[in-house]
Amino acid sequence: MAELFTSASLFAIVLTLGAYEFGIWLQKKLKSPICNPILIAVILVIAAISLLKIPAQDYRAGCETFSWLLTPATVCLAVPLYEQVKVLKKNLPAILVGVLAGTLVSLGCVAILCRVFAMEDAMLASLLPKSITTAMGIAISEQLGGVPAVTTAVIIITGILGNICGSSLCAILKIRDPIAQGVAFGTASHVVGTSRASEISELTGAVSSLSLVVAGILTAILCPVLYSVL
Amino acid sequence: MKYVYQATIIFAVTLLGELLHVLLPLPIPAAIYGLVLLFLALQFSIVKLEQVNAVSKFLIAVMGLLFVAPAVNIVEIWKDIAPVLLPIGVVLVVSTVLVFAVSGLVTQWMLKRGGKDNG
Repeated sequence: MAELFTSASLFAIVLTLGAYEFGIWLQKKLKSPICNPILIAVILVIAAISLLKIPAQDYRAGCETFSWLLTPATVCLAVPLYEQVKVLKKNLPAILVGVLAGTLVSLGCVAILCRVFAMEDAMLASLLPKSITTAMGIAISEQLGGVPAVTTAVIIITGILGNICGSSLCAILKIRDPIAQGVAFGTASHVVGTSRASEISELTGAVSSLSLVVAGILTAILCPVLYSVL
Repeated sequence: MKYVYQATIIFAVTLLGELLHVLLPLPIPAAIYGLVLLFLALQFSIVKLEQVNAVSKFLIAVMGLLFVAPAVNIVEIWKDIAPVLLPIGVVLVVSTVLVFAVSGLVTQWMLKRGGKDNG
């Protein structure tokens, strides 16, 4: 009986899909951006595995059967990029300047706040690449002497934050242009924000995909430079 | 079977991305190499849009779901971050909102300025 919950990946998969589906249902029902399917699913899964006393690594090992799809899914962002290539080319300078400004603000803001809160260097190194996609962020964090597990967590929380607050922020700040919205989602909240941007429109999703790639590369270049200065 | 066919192309490009990641000494993940490769393949008509479109759209649509399992990881590092939870929370919220605002507003400003130049 216990084996059914721990060793079988089907349990982890059903739990994850079910929790996510419930999150989608709740979001439709309550129409609140706080009811984000990713957030709801994470809370439900943590509650379920603590209740059933399943170690988190067993759960994650169970999900491995489909977690690996994240890499090909990210590769697929090339498709909306290709479809929107004319609009992207035409607006490339604006997009690049926007991403560069956002990346500089991200690094500067994290560095200043970490100093203000007198955090350890390892924590600063773990937090600096927080706005870029997980695989890149972990590589940078390791290179600077950060803790990869902390980096993974803050990257995903950042993504969920952007995913949840993005649309409200666009309304408050009067960011109405779909290209500007895409740059904001992609630069601030990488792939998780891009999954929200893709729901807004194909163009927003495409710009967000391009922005996350550019932001990732800029961060990879600027992070070590900034960290050596600090 | 168009789905099997499309999935084969996408996974093959991903595999090439993994290969580049292993071969090249850059901190660029396989997914980004793969993304660039697939984009170039589409751009130069090596791969046609209809050869990857349906499966791509499906994978993009379910991407949010794929983040649930890694996010549950937070339980495992809870002990490390619990003492600095509040400052980390402040850093995350403040910087995410600021980055979102600055990148979005700067882009919008650039676009408007460009529009004026053209008109």
